[in-house]
Amino acid sequence: MTQKLIIIGAGMASGRALEHLVEQAPNAYDVTLFNAEPRGNYNRIMLSPVLSGDKTFDEIVTHTAEWYEENGVTCRFGEHIVSIDRANKTVTADNGDVLPYDKLMFGTGSNPFIIPLPGHDLEGVIAYRDLEDTNRMVALGDKPGARAVVIGGGLLGLEAAAGLKNRGVDVTVVHIMGHLMERQLDEAAGYLLRKALVDKGITVMCSANSKEIVGEDGHVKALMLDDGTELPCDLLVMAVGIRPNVALAKAADLTTDKGILVNDQMVTSDESIVAVGECVEHAGAIFGLVAPLYDQAKVVAKTLIGEAATFVNKEVATKLKVTGCDLFSAGDFAEGEGREDIVFRDPARGVYKRLVLEGNKLVGAVMYGDTADGNWFFGLIKDGEDISEMRDTLIFGPAFQGGSPVDPMAAVAALPADAEICGCNGVCKGDVVAAIEGGAHTLDAVKATSKAASSCGGCSGLVEQLLSVTLGDEFAMPTKETVCKCTDLSHDEVRKLIVAGEMKSMPQAMQELNWSTPDGCHVCRPALNYYLVCSWPDEYADDGKSRFINERVHANIQKDGTYSVVPRMLGGITTPDELRAIADAADKYDIPTVKVTGGQRIDLLGVKKEDLPAIWYDLGEAGMMSGQAYAKGLRTVKTCVGTDHCRFGTQDSTGLGIKIEEAMWGAWSPHKFKLAVTGCPRNCAEATCKDLGIICVDSGYQILVGGAAGLDLLEAQLLAQVATEEEAIEYSCAFYQLYREGAQYLHRPYKWIKKVGLDWVKEQIVEDAENRKALADRFHFSQKFFQVDPWAERARKGVDSHEFKPLADLTDQRMAAE
Amino acid sequence: MSQFIDIGALNDIPPRGARLVRAPEGEIAVFRTATDAVFAVDEWLPGKAGPLSNGIQHGQCVTDPMYNWVFDLETGEAQGADEGSLRVWETRIENGRVLLTRDVLGELRASA
Ligand SMILES: Cc1cc2nc3c(=O)[nH]c(=O)nc-3n(C[C@H](O)[C@H](O)[C@H](O)COP(=O)(O)OP(=O)(O)OC[C@H]3O[C@@H](n4cnc5c(N)ncnc54)[C@H](O)[C@@H]3O)c2cc1C
Repeated sequence: MTQKLIIIGAGMASGRALEHLVEQAPNAYDVTLFNAEPRGNYNRIMLSPVLSGDKTFDEIVTHTAEWYEENGVTCRFGEHIVSIDRANKTVTADNGDVLPYDKLMFGTGSNPFIIPLPGHDLEGVIAYRDLEDTNRMVALGDKPGARAVVIGGGLLGLEAAAGLKNRGVDVTVVHIMGHLMERQLDEAAGYLLRKALVDKGITVMCSANSKEIVGEDGHVKALMLDDGTELPCDLLVMAVGIRPNVALAKAADLTTDKGILVNDQMVTSDESIVAVGECVEHAGAIFGLVAPLYDQAKVVAKTLIGEAATFVNKEVATKLKVTGCDLFSAGDFAEGEGREDIVFRDPARGVYKRLVLEGNKLVGAVMYGDTADGNWFFGLIKDGEDISEMRDTLIFGPAFQGGSPVDPMAAVAALPADAEICGCNGVCKGDVVAAIEGGAHTLDAVKATSKAASSCGGCSGLVEQLLSVTLGDEFAMPTKETVCKCTDLSHDEVRKLIVAGEMKSMPQAMQELNWSTPDGCHVCRPALNYYLVCSWPDEYADDGKSRFINERVHANIQKDGTYSVVPRMLGGITTPDELRAIADAADKYDIPTVKVTGGQRIDLLGVKKEDLPAIWYDLGEAGMMSGQAYAKGLRTVKTCVGTDHCRFGTQDSTGLGIKIEEAMWGAWSPHKFKLAVTGCPRNCAEATCKDLGIICVDSGYQILVGGAAGLDLLEAQLLAQVATEEEAIEYSCAFYQLYREGAQYLHRPYKWIKKVGLDWVKEQIVEDAENRKALADRFHFSQKFFQVDPWAERARKGVDSHEFKPLADLTDQRMAAE
Repeated sequence: MSQFIDIGALNDIPPRGARLVRAPEGEIAVFRTATDAVFAVDEWLPGKAGPLSNGIQHGQCVTDPMYNWVFDLETGEAQGADEGSLRVWETRIENGRVLLTRDVLGELRASA
């Protein structure tokens, strides 16, 4: 007599199992198929093309009514099983029917995880799992001006967003992590993906924490983030992960953990019951992609007909298709002991490839933009092949064994013809190339004919690259000093290209500039961060993780791990109240050392890191802010007492010093920047060895630049003499900006002046009034974004609070545990 | 008893960042890389490097904030010309939580 098989769930896994079963043993079972969805098995993966409008639902149906009929399957769609009586071997359907079984198969799939945010049960909050969800999104497209928010920047969320956008819906993706699809992609590939989505018109918010879903009349109205941002929407799609659907199995007392536990034959803890698909857990693993489920389906069919078969969970490559974006990720791309990366970037084509090697084997691959070789790499990963022979050219794929190495010139080659190469003389790439093609085959010839690189010379490297790109082997590139081992570019080239190529984030710069490491190193990251801060003050989001510790926590680390705290005192002027507050803080926080600094400030040394926000709070109460004594940026303006008190004083040097410090505090620069204003040539404020010093004389103000009194000792040189205070301030700000925009990271002004020449600096500032004003204007614009007291932000607004608190204190755990 | 202690959520550590954990075995720096790998090493290499949770994290390494020594976080070994090695503590990530080996509680616990 044929046995009775009941299948719970008509999904992709049980559907495939059923195909194997009816093919291999058509008469072995009398099959009844329950499905909670009111339809049979369809290709769930293809819901995305249905959403985007590329396919209709009929086209993605796997098993039609005829197929079920031909194969004698009794269908009970739209009905779900509510309980199982294992002792009597029966199941109960939701209408109360009780059916006996000989064998039972679980294929209940997964449930989408819904974050229990306030408002998650509002009408209009949906997941993305089945046809009903898809239809909801499709219907939204018919509503003019409709808006949707998708929580989750993983595969599913991005598919939903891309599909909604195709339907004309205004979409915002809210992702909690720093970059999209962080499980499958690294930061660089995540950046390219984000760029592609933004180009499509999708708004992408990373590192964004959802706080609450706001509703009106029971219907979703907006998503609120924890920073208070409100994103209005008509539909909210949550795509934040799935959980195996085990409730029914658990209620029937089958052994479950994350999923329904099965052995290698797909049999559960009850030998009459098997399970397949996303609802199972096999050897600790749970599933979310179909490939292994199809292997399970083969095995479970064999088990049901009494043949031997074993399920092996193979490595899965994900070849991802977020409508229109070319992604591939396979194997394991996390860093690990003895692992090495090979990175290839082609900025012109938006291509990024990264291979992860362990010993002589390839263990992981991430690709974006060109995934043609993905399956070949996947094969190498799966087979654990020894790749030592082809290691050097591996990244170029199978068609390219033995070719030339990565092209360091790619970033320059990729620039458009109107990209500016020489800022001093306004020469763009097209002009330079035209000059070269017109016969200028050396740097000097290009300087003479196109004017490029003929002023400060900062773009010489770029011009040389253009010579090389245009002339090929005819031009011999001179050797140069690169930023670090992560790039073939020099500092000047990097910062020029950041501006010319409008690169506004670190992953973008690393991608477009062909960085050879995934996320740089301690040498290049702070430099890149500075160049980005300086170039795009209003747009770039400062990356604290790319700053040295002092700038990251806004205090100076001492060798025992404590910090020193220096409040700002404009021009070195303080008050009894400030001094009292400093003294009180020194008492309250047990400060071991209080010292007067060389820059006319007071330094509290030996503050515990955890006390920093509190001591800043106290100092802030007394009106003081950060003195930025830790910054590669404006430090102090020293002054003497000037005409107010001194019989030799010629001008109000203290007042001018305060005005300059008021204008300049908060600015970042390639290195620290120290000033002094002294009231007469006796020079009590020591202005002649400063980065910028002003000496007051009877007829006005002498502005000196490029002094040094550190490892190098240099007297500052005269830039100009001006008549009024206003001029002195404008010249100072213009000089600071010229240095900020031109100098290489970690070069003090004197080093930069040595390179560009004082004459050139004078040309820019003294001789060209318009340029001077433009520089000063750019400085003041930038200051709008940087004159924010970092101490107040940390002491009062909780910015970066993770920096100051230990993650955990386990010191008393031992006793507690005993 | 589990061999691991839950010390906090993965998201409490910023990517390419670190947090300090105080333990009976000393101060420990717990790092999260750009690819969400988590490593724990000693905060100090006495007399040579530290406090490492203040360093710049890149690739699978951290650069010491004082003398720019670069340490591999998986092996604890100083890279390049520098010589020295940090104790490495086993970590795990489970359901978005970071777990740290009980060994950090010291000998009594580890042998129990
Ligand atoms: C939009 C989308 C895109 C995807 N893209 C990809 C992709 O590109 N690549 C890839 O590999 N994977 C992809 N997936 C995942 C893939 O679809 C799943 O891995 C696969 O469908 C799981 O198959 P399953 O049979 O385990 O579960 P399902 O296909 O979910 O089927 C389970 C069925 O069981 C029913 N059920 C549950 N409980 C009961 C009950 N008590 N009684 C009766 N019936 C019940 C459910 O209604 C459901 O119909 C995608 C998924 C979605 C939603």
